[in-house]
Order: sequence, then structure tokens, then C-alpha cells
Amino acid sequence: MIGRYSSTLRVIALLLAMAFVLAACPAAAPTGGSEMAADEEMAEEEAMEEEGKVLTILYWQAASLPGPYLSGGTKDQDAGAITLEPLANYDPNGTIVPRLAVEIPTIENGGVSEDLMTITWTLKEGLLWSDGSDVTADDVVFTWQYCSDESTGCTASEAFLGIESVEALDDRTIMITFDSPTPYPYNAFVGANTPIISSVQFADCVGAAAQTCNEENTAPLGTGPYRIIDFKVNDVAVYERNPHYHGEPAFFDTVVFKGGGDAASAARAVLETGEADYAWNLQVEPDILRDMEAAGLGKVVSAFAGYVERVLVNQTNPHSDLGDDRSEYKDGNNAHPFLTFPPIPQAMSMAIDRTLISEQLYGFAGQPTCNVIPAPLHYVSESNDTCLTQDIDGANALLDENGVLDSDGDGIREYNGIPLKVSYQTSTNSVRQKTQALLRQWWLQIGIETELINHDASVFFGGDPNSPDTYQKFYTDLQMYTTGPTIDPQQHLSNWICEQIPMRENSWGGGNIFRGCNAEFDALFEQLTQTPVGPEREALVKQLNDINVQNNYQIPLVYRGEVSAHLNTLQGVWINGWDSQMWNVGDWHR
Amino acid sequence: MGQYLVRRILTIIPTLIAISFVIFAVLDLAPGDPTSALPETIRPEIRQQIRKAMGLDEPFPVKYGLWLRQFFVNEPLSLIENALDIQIGDSEKRLRVTSWGSRGVPVMDMILERLPQTMWVVGLAYLVAIVIAVPVGVISAIRQYSIFDQVGTFFSLIGYSIPTFFTGLLMILLFSVKLKWFPMIYDTNLQIVDWDSFVQQLKQSAMPVAVLGFFQAATLARFTRSSMLDNIPMDYVRTATAKGFRERYVVIRHILRNSLIPVVTLIALGIPAIFSGAIITEQIFRVNGLGALLIGAIQLNDIPLVQTVTFIFAFLIVVFNLIADVVYGVLDPRIRYS
Repeated sequence: MIGRYSSTLRVIALLLAMAFVLAACPAAAPTGGSEMAADEEMAEEEAMEEEGKVLTILYWQAASLPGPYLSGGTKDQDAGAITLEPLANYDPNGTIVPRLAVEIPTIENGGVSEDLMTITWTLKEGLLWSDGSDVTADDVVFTWQYCSDESTGCTASEAFLGIESVEALDDRTIMITFDSPTPYPYNAFVGANTPIISSVQFADCVGAAAQTCNEENTAPLGTGPYRIIDFKVNDVAVYERNPHYHGEPAFFDTVVFKGGGDAASAARAVLETGEADYAWNLQVEPDILRDMEAAGLGKVVSAFAGYVERVLVNQTNPHSDLGDDRSEYKDGNNAHPFLTFPPIPQAMSMAIDRTLISEQLYGFAGQPTCNVIPAPLHYVSESNDTCLTQDIDGANALLDENGVLDSDGDGIREYNGIPLKVSYQTSTNSVRQKTQALLRQWWLQIGIETELINHDASVFFGGDPNSPDTYQKFYTDLQMYTTGPTIDPQQHLSNWICEQIPMRENSWGGGNIFRGCNAEFDALFEQLTQTPVGPEREALVKQLNDINVQNNYQIPLVYRGEVSAHLNTLQGVWINGWDSQMWNVGDWHR
Repeated sequence: MGQYLVRRILTIIPTLIAISFVIFAVLDLAPGDPTSALPETIRPEIRQQIRKAMGLDEPFPVKYGLWLRQFFVNEPLSLIENALDIQIGDSEKRLRVTSWGSRGVPVMDMILERLPQTMWVVGLAYLVAIVIAVPVGVISAIRQYSIFDQVGTFFSLIGYSIPTFFTGLLMILLFSVKLKWFPMIYDTNLQIVDWDSFVQQLKQSAMPVAVLGFFQAATLARFTRSSMLDNIPMDYVRTATAKGFRERYVVIRHILRNSLIPVVTLIALGIPAIFSGAIITEQIFRVNGLGALLIGAIQLNDIPLVQTVTFIFAFLIVVFNLIADVVYGVLDPRIRYS
């Protein structure tokens, strides 16, 4: 009897022991076996012992690889930007500033050829990789070869399109030749998405072999202020001060780039507990973020690139009676019955309180805007700024003057006998639905009735040619979404020429979604493609922006940015929308 | 018994092959594209190149055959090599299953890197749950409707009706933000070298373990209690009591032993869950365990990683089913395998 009693206990004890072994045995060895671990672990321990100046950066999306070439996320680019450097960076104002290069090549200093076919960069003297070896022009050439090799599957190869060749003229000089005149030659090797990598380290990793270069991909040599000492995939990267850095030695002994979790808790870790120094991309309700900031530990900062939330005004007739001809341009023979009459969309734009929308709904991540090209500063037109003040009385007066009146007394105005009833679609998203509701209420005050529609984002932006609910088909009078120009607006503006109008014939493939054709715009755009960077190009961009806005093709609402937060004790943060947020991490200090 | 075990183990092999095929086919045929997580500015031609570089344009049987070989031949070989520090054949050229999200990184290395964190946090939570739940369940049953039972039942109900993401958040707000007792970011680089770092490890594990342990304990306690209640009115219990055994002896020797059978099943089948991790809890506390790995892989459409992790979970479930069956035989002498 007693024997059996104890056997039961033995079984229970066994089970507990099993669970305990499972739980306890791995605790001693947190790293999984790779051979390269040994000396790195030592370095890591040293760093821990000193427990010196540690910078903790929190990204709620964890980095897959440090670097932009094999994994295209912002997180990967930013994890790379702490150690990898391009020839030049964009600063937060959109100005190009030299990094590894001595200066920015222009036509004036002879760096860019008169025919816009070549650009010649010169490296700073005495640059070293983080292992102490020399940086040469061959590394730049190699970077181009590496990324433009088709079988590498390089995620940044877009930046190298249109490049005929990259040559090393001597140890420090690189000439890039384009296949056609390129007025904006600063796409390759400028910004965190095309940094220079070591030709020695990656020599055997070009093409299909890139897939097998585990060690190289997770620990690239860099030239930046810090160098990688440990990278745990999709979790955390650890960096130490790079002794071979060409600038002032960095302030922190160790940088920890931690990933995972969610945006709200990342914000909390900086603003409420102070556990981390910097948290990236805080997509959190503005009120919650303001409350957290009020705790007084840290500061919320915003970075703006070129994104504009805007209402597109359909220039063609989307009426459902037209069947297949809905929203078809038909060489201008299917114009919208009342939205092409300028005072009507103009009044609609005047009735909007953009400041209210951006403050209440976007918070730190929005500013009111009246332009479709909202940045960089030297491209921004100032001739539309009156829209920043809401003017409902003015809008009503404008409509009255132009004979758009409410003749049957139902509160809705008519134009040529057609009541002003508009349909207004966007993607399903709480901020967008709140914006819709506000606009509807303001437009009702000027006698325009609005029907609000929203579609799931995957459908609306999905581009399925069989779905009637995509933004390309635009089967409503108005629609709202965000896109924006890159640092040079040419690519973005190219969407709005007549040729780009989406229609059945081109399977709704163009970018001129509002279907507005303007001969003056097309002529100026043609001129833009041949004008090099400078005041003349700036003036052209402003004109193109004004044509688009003043013809009421699009009603800009909010200039959208990204929000991050840092501790008050962390100095030197200059958040950047055009480049990596880590672009000046070497200047950060306490 | 021995023969039975051999038969069961042999049937595992076709089961696993069938599972591997289903997992591979479902993931391969499912819509979803590893390049969909890339920025929208990347052109279709470039996307196509990336897909090609990942080997996505091969036909299905070729891909499946390659994966089988990589997984069942190349990976075990690499594991043995790493463990024993030897070289078998031309190991440089041997293709391993590599991730798409982090290109070039072998999937197995990623899993091995994650395993310790999951086993420590989730395993510890499980252990805590068992240690709390079984006694609570037993006492609740023998003192049915007592204050202890009422309180236990109340907490059990709360435990399994409040989701872990909510208790997790509450804990962070209370212990990290207000009281500042525990860190809210789990430091996976922490090395346990001395007493201080061990304390540090305990501190950072405290909240995730408590959240998970509370949830598990609630379920297990309810199970133990109801199983005990089933056995208490049995004739053999009355007989044992009539023989004059002490209550303690009857409870532990007779009732508990019989009641443990379903509980053991529950525990054994729950062990694979230790490995799969508690996905949400790991996410909240930034523990880089297997669950977080799987979620990240799904978001990035990193199919080789999802396939491998899922297959390993399937393997563990099959194995622990077998273990549960065997443990039955040990616990219950009435069950005899032949």
C-alpha cells in the first residue's frame, strides 16, 4: 500500500521535474548556436560590464536584416543606417548634405555634366571601414553591381534604374553615366536606402549567392558612427562605437536597437517609464500621445516628407446610368455635370476647416496644407494659402454670385437644374471616416449634400480590375487618400499629365486619377523633365502645383508626417522624413 | 507495452509526412507574396526579380522535394555538425532552409535562438500554473462551496475570461508605469552571470510569467476540481473511508490519482503550447520567443519560416499525444496496452 502511495507521488514529482527541466535548462544559454558568437559575446559582455552610456532605440517592427538591400522595410533601412552610410544624405528640409562625399556635385562645380548625362562624386580622404580597411571608389562601384545584379533580388534597385555604368576614375572618384539626360541625378547613393557596402566583405555574395551570406548580411561592415556587434534576427541589434569613424567619435558606448511589440507600448516605454531613449513611428491616437507626453519625461517629434491627404474631384461623370462609360474621359466628352464648374469645387474647398482636421484627427502627425506638393520647402508654392482659413460665408456668397442657387427650397443648391448631391468614397479607417463626417457637415452648410462611402483598404487600394470599388475606377464624385512626391517631385507630377488618365482601354493603369487634362500642365511638365536642379526647376514645380490646385482637380487637406518620441535627456535628435530617422544618430548625446 | 510503443512510433512517420505535405501545400497555394511587405514604390519587374531570387518561380513538386531534402537531410546534418563541431561532407555547399524575410539566415538558427526565451518564460508560467492549480483544485473539491472554493472559483472565472492582452496591459500600467517595479521591455541580450543579473532576469520575467500563469492556472484548477468532484461520490472512495484511512490518505491516494488522468492529458497536450509560445503575451512584453517569430513571419509572408515552425509544432503535438497515452498507462493500472 505504502509503496503504491509513494509511486503516485513519484509520478507527480516526475511531471513537475519534467516541467522544471523544460523551464530551467535553457535559461543559462540565451543565445542559439552559431560559431561567430564567441568573440562577439565577449564584446557584448564587456559592454554590459562597463554599463556605460547606452542608447536604447525602440522600433515596434523588428529589423529583419541591418541594411536596405535584401529587405525593404523602413526598420531594416534604419537598423542599417546606424552603421552604413551613403555618399550624401537628405536633411529634414530636403537639402542634400555630403556624408562620405567631399561635396555635392552640381553643374556649377562641374560635378554634373552640362548634358545631364553624368555625375562625378569624390570620396573624402582617409575613409576606413569599421574593421580598419580602406574605403575606395571600388566599393561604390561594387555596391551598384551588387544591387543591380538581377539575381540578387535587391529591394533598392529602383534607385539605380537609368544608370548605364558606374566607374571608378581613381581611388576616390566615381563617375555615374546615365542612359538618358537626368535632370535630378541624386537617386543613387544618396539617402539611407542606397548606402555603400564593402566590396571585400560582400565579394562572394553577389547574385544568387546573396541568399547564402548569413554572416555578411547580419553583420555588414560600415563607415558610420557605430558598428554592429550582435544582430538577432527580428529582435534586437547591438552596436558599439566605431573607432574608425571619419567624424567626431560618437557619444554612446553601446546602441541597442530593439524591435517588437506595438506602437502604444513603445510610446509608453519612452514617455511614461523612460526605459527607452527613442521610439519610432508612434501610430497612436493624438489624445493618448498628448497625455503620455504630459508625464514630462520625453518629447513627441514629427517628421514630414511629402504625403498629402487630399480629396480628388472627379472631372468625368461617374453617374451609374452610364454603365461602362462611368468615369471614362472620352476625350473630354464626358465631363462632370457640375464639379467642372470652378466655383462649386472652390466653394467646397473654402468651407473646410483644415486646421481643425489636422489638430483633432492627426495631432502630431498632421499640418493643414493647401498644396499638393507640400515639401521640400523650396518647391512649395505660397499662392494658395488663403484656404488655411475656413470661410463658409464666402463660399455661400461665391455660389450665390455664380447663380448656383437653391431654387426649390430643399436646402440643396442646383446647377443647371441638377441638385448638388455628391458621393464621396475612401478607405475604411477611423480617421478617414471622421474626416468624411466633418466635410459632409460643412458642405451641408453651403447647400451641398454628401453621400459617404467607405471600402476596405485591401479592396479600395487593391487594384482588382473586376472590382468597381477601387480608387483607380473612381465611380464616385469625390474620393480621398494620401500619396506624395519623393524628394524630387518630377516622378509624382508625371502622374497628372493627360496621357495618364485611367480608362477601360489601359485597364485603369494611369496615375491621373482625377481625370483632369490640362494642356498648360503638360507643356510645363515637358519643360520640367529638361530643367536641371535650381531656381528655374523650383519655379516650374510651383506652377505645376498651382495649376493642379487652382483648377480644383484636387483639394489638399492635411500634410501628413510620422511621429516618434525621445527622452528629454536625449539631445541632438533631428527627426527626418526624407531620410532615415537614424540619419544623424552619431550626433545624439545626453 | 514495448511492442505497442514501437507500433505507435512507426505510425508517426507517415503522419508527419502527410502533415508536412498539407502544411507545405496550404502555405504554398495560399495567396500572399513575400514581396507584398516591401514598399509600394518598388516596381513589378523588380518584385519579379526578388521572387526569382527566392526560388519562388519553381513548380510546386520541385519546391516540395527541395524543402523535404533540406529539412530532413540537410538541417539535421548541420545540427549535428554544429553540436559536435565536425564537418560531414561538403557542408559549405549544402543548402539549408533559409528565411525570406531575413535573407540568408537559416531558419533553424532563428528557431534555436528563440527557443530558450519561450521555454523560460512560457515553461516557467506553466510550472507556476501547475503548482498553484492542482492544490487549489483539490481543496476546492473536497471543501466544496466553502469560502475557499468560492474565492477560487471566482478567480478561476476571471482568469480564463479575461484575455491575456488585457491582463498584460493592466500589469504594465500598474507595475511598470505606476510602481516602476518591473521593466516593460524584455531584454533578450541579458546574460545571467551573477546574482544581480539573475535577479534582473527574474524581474523582467515576472510580468509575462504572471499573466500566462494566471490564465493557465485558472483552466487547470477548474479541470482538477471538476475531475475530483466526479470521483468523490464513487463507491471505492466510500470503501476506502470505511476501512478507516485518514482523509488525507484517501484524497491523495485514491481520489487524486484517479482524478489526475484527465489533468495529465491536459498538461501533456499543453506542452507543445510552451514551444509555440503565447503569441500575444510575447508580443506585449517583447519577449522574442517562437510565438513572436511566427507572427512576424506571417506578417512578412516569410513562407519557409512559417512552414518550418508550423511543422515543428505539429511534430511536438504528435509526440506529446503519444507521451500522454503512455503516461495514462503508468497512472492508471486498469489501462493495459498490447
